[in-house]
Amino acid sequence: MKFSENWLRELVEIRADRAQLAHALTMAGLEVEELTALGEGLDGVVVAEIVAAEKHPEADRLQVCRVDAGQGEPLQIVCGAPNARVGIKVPLATVGATLPGGITIKTAKLRGVASSGMLCSAKELGVDTDASGLMELPADAPVGQPLAAYLGLPDASFELKLTPNRPDCLGLVGLAHDVAALFGSHVKVPQQSVAAVTGAARRGIRLEAGKDAPRYLGRVIEGIDATARTPLWMAERLRRAGLRPISAVVDVTNYVMLELGQPMHAFDNDALGGDVVVRHARAGETLKLLDGSEATLDPSFVVIADEAKALAVAGVMGGFDSRVTDATANVFLESAHFAPAAIMGKARKLGLHTDASHRFERGVDPALPQRALERATELLLSIVGGRAGPVLVAERAGDLPQPASVPLRRNRLRRVLGIVVDDAEVARIFTALGMQVTATADGWSVTAPSSRFDIEREEDLIEEVARIHGYDRIPTHTPAGALALTPEPEARLGELAVREQLAARGYFEAVNLSFVSTELLACWGFDHDLVPLANPLSADLAVMRPSLLPGLIEALRHNRSRQQERVRLFELARVFAAGDPPVETPSLAIAACGSARAEQWGEPGRPFDFFDLKGELDALIAWGGEPHRWSIHADGLPGWLHPGRGARVARDGVTVGFLGALHPALARSLDLGSDVHVLELALEPLLARRLPRAGAVARFPAVRRDIAMDLPEAVGWSQIEQVVRATLGGLLREVRLFDRYSGKGVEAGRKSLAMGLILQDASRTLTDDDADRCVRDAVTALEQACKARLRG
Amino acid sequence: MDDLDRRAAQALADIEGAASLDALDALRVGLLGKSGIVTAALKSLGALAPDERKARGAEVNRVKERLADALATRKAALEQAELDRRLASETIDVSLPGRDGERGGIHPITRALERIASIFARLGYQRADGPEIEDDWHNFEALNFPPHHPARAMHDTFYFGDGRLLRTHTSPVQVRSMQGRQPPIRVIAPGKVYRSDSDQTHSPMFHQIEGLLVDETSSFADLKGTLAEFVRAFFERDFEMRFRPSYFPFTEPSAEVDIRWETEDGQSRWLEVLGCGMVHPNVLANCGIDPERYTGFAFGLGVERFAMLRYGVSDLRAFFENDLRFLKQFA
Repeated sequence: MKFSENWLRELVEIRADRAQLAHALTMAGLEVEELTALGEGLDGVVVAEIVAAEKHPEADRLQVCRVDAGQGEPLQIVCGAPNARVGIKVPLATVGATLPGGITIKTAKLRGVASSGMLCSAKELGVDTDASGLMELPADAPVGQPLAAYLGLPDASFELKLTPNRPDCLGLVGLAHDVAALFGSHVKVPQQSVAAVTGAARRGIRLEAGKDAPRYLGRVIEGIDATARTPLWMAERLRRAGLRPISAVVDVTNYVMLELGQPMHAFDNDALGGDVVVRHARAGETLKLLDGSEATLDPSFVVIADEAKALAVAGVMGGFDSRVTDATANVFLESAHFAPAAIMGKARKLGLHTDASHRFERGVDPALPQRALERATELLLSIVGGRAGPVLVAERAGDLPQPASVPLRRNRLRRVLGIVVDDAEVARIFTALGMQVTATADGWSVTAPSSRFDIEREEDLIEEVARIHGYDRIPTHTPAGALALTPEPEARLGELAVREQLAARGYFEAVNLSFVSTELLACWGFDHDLVPLANPLSADLAVMRPSLLPGLIEALRHNRSRQQERVRLFELARVFAAGDPPVETPSLAIAACGSARAEQWGEPGRPFDFFDLKGELDALIAWGGEPHRWSIHADGLPGWLHPGRGARVARDGVTVGFLGALHPALARSLDLGSDVHVLELALEPLLARRLPRAGAVARFPAVRRDIAMDLPEAVGWSQIEQVVRATLGGLLREVRLFDRYSGKGVEAGRKSLAMGLILQDASRTLTDDDADRCVRDAVTALEQACKARLRG
Repeated sequence: MDDLDRRAAQALADIEGAASLDALDALRVGLLGKSGIVTAALKSLGALAPDERKARGAEVNRVKERLADALATRKAALEQAELDRRLASETIDVSLPGRDGERGGIHPITRALERIASIFARLGYQRADGPEIEDDWHNFEALNFPPHHPARAMHDTFYFGDGRLLRTHTSPVQVRSMQGRQPPIRVIAPGKVYRSDSDQTHSPMFHQIEGLLVDETSSFADLKGTLAEFVRAFFERDFEMRFRPSYFPFTEPSAEVDIRWETEDGQSRWLEVLGCGMVHPNVLANCGIDPERYTGFAFGLGVERFAMLRYGVSDLRAFFENDLRFLKQFA
């Protein structure tokens, strides 16, 4: 809601300056979003008339004008505006004036021709944004008068960010009532006069939309001059409210809407056939709207129609064919009440948002149509002339909102706000807001004016008291109350712990958007169980991510292309899969590339590899304290992993994620090298943690025996470990791989592994014989199970 | 001067001149060893008369002690020199960079979010969460947004076409926290939220934290006190602060909270940082809590806004670009 400060001050006494007014509005919940001072620094700018104009001898685009500024001899002024012409009245900045933009006007020569002043556009004067040409003033503007005085400046444009519960402030008179309550003053709105009925034209009105349109007033005004010019004062107020003057009839309806808050519409009466019918639209009914668009309607819309066709979408926009044009001689004025529920969402459905729909969907005072119709008639008759017919009223009284009294308990008021507000103050506030208030045994009974749609229950009244009394007068208090401690789960890590561990190990947390493009997902091979948005912002953000990796790898690419060779990223967020309801799984993803360690003077560099990444997984698993529940498998890999350098991770045999090198084909399509490694795991299993339970510490020393075996390449370490474990049982504390070799000295297709067996018995010290027997058993088992050979 | 004295004098000079521990040890053997001069002198005592033997014995022992002392002194000196040499040879350039000392970092949004949540945890607020893909009932209806109400339009929503939507705020977690539970309730619900809006100051995904307190005595004054304390705790300083009436369908009275923020050029302006209010009785009733018996307050804040203010981030989009040069500033 944008309006002229001067206009508001005309409607209500405000004993405060502009800044104080803005502060008071904001603190009353009518937030001042923007405040623009208008017409400051216009000293020396006067109304002038161009009395002669000829082409500049040296420049095609310039004219040499003679301008009457009421100073006797006309001034010679060079002007480049396209609309400069003889006979128009325009603002003239005289020599010595300093414009709002900071330009000081001096006598100058332009291409050799002297110029004593500057003819101005509205933008140059800071009164509007129009810079297309000179600001043309009405023909009756008095030459020589200071422009500021002529335009009613200085002034300011206030723009309020109104919340949807306060449609009553979408008109200046409503706003004036709130301001009066804030400043303890009174509104100065004159009693509405009733325009004399001088015409006889009527038109039948039929209400056929039930409770959606309970009141419709109309009036025919015949014999108008639709080409009459909107008076300057009205045009100025419209402009300062952000509305561009269009034509006298439209301007008047807009003006009344701004003043009272009642949206109105004017039809060309001659485009209407028979009765005006307010009815629901028919399925598929179409209508060309004022803005030229074609609306396709359904029965949830209310339309204004005549006997034959829809003319306007009620509460949203008028129709093109029945619009008022310069040729219009007779108008039919509409001033109606539509139920908010009937208008809500309708403009949006048509891709529109209009001043009318904005008001109607929030609620317009049902008492306004009559008043607005009289006010518009009065203004129209004075501007476009004509003969006003009788006011035509159609009403469904039972469907109009009925004022209801709402109780407010003194105790409840104190309890909710945490302070005691004086009874007298409470009564003053309600009265000042135009509410009827009566005392009851435990508080008050309050009836709101019909302009307020937001007073239905006790809390609504409490809010009004708090708002006008002032939120800043409510003290701050620290809540008391029992602080019951709840059991703190220890057998679960917090997500923060995982983040901190990864950060401590050199990884940076990334935050990517939850949506990705279908193309990117296709590239990765994610093509089923997807959860696409019905109304994405763009194709790039169309699908809820089924994995964190595509986005994380995009982040890695972003960094790679910015001279970051070594990238370590992780992300914790949810991934989404189709389901009813859709499945949201909190996940952890890691992406890494570049050298394994930061470049260092004392260590040889090597690329990050699978085992670096697996080390991160091991460290995460170790934290949970139950590594034996986890297993790594080379089978069942997704297509985005290198089939020979990827692994499936399971916990208790259930797959929880994957890690490995990115598939070379995918890496190539993403323009990445072969060093990119990724991991993605469901987060919950990682957070599960064993509650430690202390056991006895072994009292007898451990014995270590090292063996070197020669085995086929295909035998995996986990298999070897399993065989040794199964063979030695409880005596084996640990089997530790300390060397792996293949190449010279080892048969092709085989490898040499050196491992340490760490043996310990809980009940005695192991002898050399015991240890030797263990080694023999292990070697024999490996020879049998894994085609191993003991190396010398 | 007899022969022993002469040889002892020579030995002392030899000890003083010994250049290494090995040379010194050879000297020790030659002097004090089995066939050394001192041993020989002691052996020769047996041939002497008893009284002469005593005097001579004392003399030989003095020489022995003198030589032993000299050997020990020289040994210590040589050992010290050896140690000094070794230390000198082992000296390293301690200014060289260390190994594996780099660390990563937590994202500034997480950092701010955790900081906020932990401040409220100290006040007894429990963490709660709910789905990001919500239904209309939890996101709007239970929160007192009537169908088609203009307040819904303020929440430009992403839909899935089956009635489900991406939650537009963390407020549905309020509803989930209250359902099936009775007060006292104190919860804090951080999480991702989504609105169909993208420009320099809006991201279609951002982070909010919702707070909720319901019990028998909570009032608007408690709400003001709680948020004033929180802002002070988060920023570690006092602010001029104002509570300004506003409107949310799920709270009444509702307020927006502004703090007086000083910019680097010394100017100051009001900055909106929080939305809050007393939980609307309809919301309590929708969640099975008796609004006559209980009152509550709720608040919501944008994590990005707090992170921007706290860490001096000027461009919202930087949070989602994941540029390491940005992220490293928060390590």
